[in-house]
Amino acid sequence: MTPQLALFWLLAIISVAASLVMVRSRNPIRSALCLVATFLCIAVFYITLSAQFIAAVQIIVYAGAIMVLFLFVIMLLNMGAGQEMRDKGTLQTPIAVGLGVSFLVALLFSQRIVTLPRTNVSPELVDRMGEVQTVGANLYSPAQPWLFPFEITSILLLVAVIGAIIMAKRRI
Amino acid sequence: MFESLFNAFILPENVTWFGQNLHLPSFVPYLAIAGTLGFILGILPMLIWIERVVIALMQDRIGPNRVGPRGLLQAAADVLKLFFKEDFLPKSVDIRLYYLAPFLTMLIALSAGAVLPAQNLTFRHGDGTLFRVPVTVGDVNVGLLYILAMSSLGVYGIVLAGWASNNKYSLIGGLRASAQLISYELSMGMAILCVVVLAGSLKLSDIVEAQNQLPFGIKAAPEFLRGSVFSWFWLQSLIIPVILYTISMIAETNRAPFDLPEAESELVAGFHTEYSSMKFATFFAGEYVNMLVVSALNAALFWGGSLPPLNLAILHIVPGFVWYILKIMMGIFLYTWLRATLPRLRYDALMNLGWKKMLPLGLFWLFLLSGYSLIRDTIAERRDSPLLPTTTRYLVSPDTATDRRTAPLSNERTHATDTSGSDVRARSSGTSVSPGGSMPSLAPPEEKPKDIPIP
Repeated sequence: MTPQLALFWLLAIISVAASLVMVRSRNPIRSALCLVATFLCIAVFYITLSAQFIAAVQIIVYAGAIMVLFLFVIMLLNMGAGQEMRDKGTLQTPIAVGLGVSFLVALLFSQRIVTLPRTNVSPELVDRMGEVQTVGANLYSPAQPWLFPFEITSILLLVAVIGAIIMAKRRI
Repeated sequence: MFESLFNAFILPENVTWFGQNLHLPSFVPYLAIAGTLGFILGILPMLIWIERVVIALMQDRIGPNRVGPRGLLQAAADVLKLFFKEDFLPKSVDIRLYYLAPFLTMLIALSAGAVLPAQNLTFRHGDGTLFRVPVTVGDVNVGLLYILAMSSLGVYGIVLAGWASNNKYSLIGGLRASAQLISYELSMGMAILCVVVLAGSLKLSDIVEAQNQLPFGIKAAPEFLRGSVFSWFWLQSLIIPVILYTISMIAETNRAPFDLPEAESELVAGFHTEYSSMKFATFFAGEYVNMLVVSALNAALFWGGSLPPLNLAILHIVPGFVWYILKIMMGIFLYTWLRATLPRLRYDALMNLGWKKMLPLGLFWLFLLSGYSLIRDTIAERRDSPLLPTTTRYLVSPDTATDRRTAPLSNERTHATDTSGSDVRARSSGTSVSPGGSMPSLAPPEEKPKDIPIP
């Protein structure tokens, strides 16, 4: 087993275990923390794929900002430990399990049905594909189609910010 | 006349040791791990002593003077005392998170120090060419983002401590800490972005190297001002970003006058009310490590990192890390100074300052500096202009930097000399020597062969 493979399996086990605990735990704080652990594992996965920029952004945005706000809200609402959070006797669990298993099966057998295109990017390029300069140059390059979706997303975020202000403020 | 002295600092690339060939640049990260950890953990007790002595001087008191000469061993005595204190576990705490919180704080604070650029080591390749290797644990391409990520994770320790203690004072302290850190991270990010716009890189060693130029790129300036105190980014970014950064770095580390999460007159001790013995000491140490890391970032971003204050040969003899530590210590002194002089902010004043004053100012300044650097580059492209050479923008070596910057993803096989991050061989082959004015012994930059054996 190469070190890369060992690292992969270690991270895989940790992230899957953390996400299972996140779903199963009855304590919302513990759930949130397990989600943070999953995010961190995914960030390390990005690093192993030499996508350093995405890894850093993953930690800053998801683990650093969004989950802190989640924790903040959970604490403010005072949903303490030992509180029963799940409804009993609903169809949610079997449906969720069924959908999850079918998704896994679809994922495993997707190679037989659809042939994914092989990448033809040179190894030198792959090595620096995750760098900030490469990401930026390609995201904003006129030759690439990513600029328009990027701008649309930023308008979406702006709308969300304005909406939050309108909902929170009594008089505008 | 200093030439022989400079030559003494140049290390050979390959050394034979007990019949084995050692490639010295490969050992630089290990040196950096040892150096960073040794410095941070070694200076911790000294910091407490410095703080107490300086505050005592400012408040016209005597300060610690009983244990050891000038009270130097007071910190050691305090640590020993904390070891023997009762490790008290309050009832109805969430035990796992309660134990996790202080160590999380310490761990995250320490790991943020991994990308700090201590100095450059110069090595001589076999064919006589020189190259520099920055002494960092990992000179990653996104070093600045990494530090931001770690500082944004640092809030978890405090929040968890506040929640797990099951105490209203702790909880309020934790909530205050998270709100404060999120608020001031924004203005901190704005200040850092101003530097990134000027330097054109997120790699910390590149940012330090970008300050090694004539002040504002004025070619008429004398050579001893190259990389001097006037060309560091505190002045180049027109002073406002360094003020924003300094204020938000104090707020990020929860120090006075922004110590609302542990305001002792309102919240007992805030988030660490329920912690005793070594768990309290770990929190305490974590706070000081955080202070060191943000001061080190301040020194690297705005105060020239390991560059001496003037480009004179006699100042270049002092190793870079000495200048770096000196600058870090100036940040620590500022912390102490502010703690001794300023009263604590009211909570609404804190939020007001962060959101309504610093963030708009930071945004405006980022806008201004982006326009400035755009104009500067346009002018620099015209050959007749005396303004800025391209060295400020493309640090590694102009051809690879421009190549990487402009080329969109394509399938052409491009010749990449400087690849990402953690590989020493790649790093050392890409980093060429850019001789300062008064370092006559350095050879002009040359491409190094890539087949260097790694032990």
